[in-house]
Amino acid sequence: MTPDAIRALVENDRVHRDAYLSDEVFELEQRHFAARTWQFVGHASQVPAAGDYVAMDIAGRPLMMVRQADGSVRVLHNRCAHKGTQLVTDASGNAGRFFRCPYHAWTYKLDGAPLALPLKAGYENTGLAHCASGRGLEAVRHVAVYRDFVFARLADDGPDFDAYFGDVLHAIDNMVDRSPQGRLTVAGGVLRNIIHCNWKMYLENINDTVHPVSTHESASQAAQTLWQGRAPEEPKPMAMEQILPFASSYDFFDRMGGRVYPNGHSVLGIHFSIHSGYAQLPEYEQALRDAHGAERARQILERSPQNAVLYPSLAVKGSPQAIRVIRPLAADRTLIEAWSFRAEGAPDLLFERTQSYNRLVFSPMSVVAHDDVHLFESIQRGLRGGTNEWVSLHRGFDASELDRGTAETNGTNEWLMRNQFRAWAEHLAAAMEAAS
Amino acid sequence: MTSMSERDRFDHAVLADFVADEAALLDAGRYDEWLALYTDDAHYWVPLMGAAQADPHTHQSLAYEDRLLLQLRIERMKHPRAHSLRPRSRCQHVLQPARVDVIDREAGTASTRTPFLYLETRGELQLTLSGVCRHRLVHTDAGWRIREKRVDLLDAERALPAIQLFI
Repeated sequence: MTPDAIRALVENDRVHRDAYLSDEVFELEQRHFAARTWQFVGHASQVPAAGDYVAMDIAGRPLMMVRQADGSVRVLHNRCAHKGTQLVTDASGNAGRFFRCPYHAWTYKLDGAPLALPLKAGYENTGLAHCASGRGLEAVRHVAVYRDFVFARLADDGPDFDAYFGDVLHAIDNMVDRSPQGRLTVAGGVLRNIIHCNWKMYLENINDTVHPVSTHESASQAAQTLWQGRAPEEPKPMAMEQILPFASSYDFFDRMGGRVYPNGHSVLGIHFSIHSGYAQLPEYEQALRDAHGAERARQILERSPQNAVLYPSLAVKGSPQAIRVIRPLAADRTLIEAWSFRAEGAPDLLFERTQSYNRLVFSPMSVVAHDDVHLFESIQRGLRGGTNEWVSLHRGFDASELDRGTAETNGTNEWLMRNQFRAWAEHLAAAMEAAS
Repeated sequence: MTSMSERDRFDHAVLADFVADEAALLDAGRYDEWLALYTDDAHYWVPLMGAAQADPHTHQSLAYEDRLLLQLRIERMKHPRAHSLRPRSRCQHVLQPARVDVIDREAGTASTRTPFLYLETRGELQLTLSGVCRHRLVHTDAGWRIREKRVDLLDAERALPAIQLFI
């Protein structure tokens, strides 16, 4: 496929089904799009001590995030320079002062620089020192750490970090500043889901405010049935507080509003969201005012967006302190992880909320997610049929949006999705052109 | 008579039968009768770390549900628009006989552990899970009841597809 053929998959108000179905498109995405855009790698709190590592696959490449002796964080390819063995095969751990390949005992410093190898004399007068195999573990050159959130761009060609994300980074500030100490820690483990759908469909749905009414009807009506007859002032159990807002009306979701940013990013729920009604905690709010000042505390607390998307790998909920990490595995297979954060200095109740929300909504056993996942998998199959090769993203389209960069809109406008696909086609085609 | 019936109620075979009956109700989809086996303060718990997990609060779980949330799950399954239940999932618990861990005659409580295989099918798909179920039981006027069912999966941390029913 040519870059122009990729661009032709995204029209102003609809997307071609090959964007979701084609194995060839997926291979191009993994090779080019995923390398040119900034991918969420991990959180610095996962590697507190020198030598700590976490391993992950991003776009089919095994990587590891490593805490250095000088306190910085690096991202290395988890591949021995010799034969390709993975240096670590546990999901996380501590390497000590250096990495040692289990196959032939080649060793590397924590930054990937070559340290030693056996039978050194055998390499005298060979080309090893002058080729990539002699230079140690490959480090990802473009790594940015924003308030402990670690991102990487795998390709040399592409936008720099600040230009790529721009103001959507405030969504991370909104979550981090919920800690009176301004510090988050990953805690409680990660819920991991395998979904047989295209990753872009999942990201699209994060901005889909029109599906809860029909998709989640069974879960939200069951919750309403169990809670009916209670006095409005009766305090709700946390799970009810979190699940009942899924029954909100089209009007509610429309009025919450959304904002699009260049490069596919968005914030949904810029005015309020299903997370706005959680019980207030006066002592905690005072602690935030003491830490950040009254004005900043007010800004943080009055703003609980539904979802911020840091396209294409991260979705953030400032309150509760939860993220979803999107890892494409195949055209029809996606790994979705739900992570919980502890906001340091905040009461335990906040962490309880985060874990409760993730469990209710993003666990493989979630009665909310069951219907989402079923429908994504159904779309992945259904799209193959019929002569109509296009998916409609018409709702709210106005040609003037094509010239806008950052802009606000109503919450049910599919602009937030169109914005993702425009960035997708633009970056994929540009990366293909840069590679050729 | 009293001592005889007490010996009966703590008999290992009685406890093992109770655990097997609980799973059989799930396999038959008789959820209201199944929930009636749980005490008002009961929890159904599937820890993310499996057997290694100390508590449900400091670490995440695939499920940690009180009676209200268990009812929610059951109410949803009865709803005509529970989309993910079309086609309907079915499950089969394959249990080893429950082993009795602890008996406290005075408190009227017992704990059991039951290694299991769990199969869940949906259309052409089948999911297999395995692990150990741990029941904390309390004897009431109505017979044995479940205060906690803890399902320690072998692989709760792996990326899992949707688990539609109760393990």
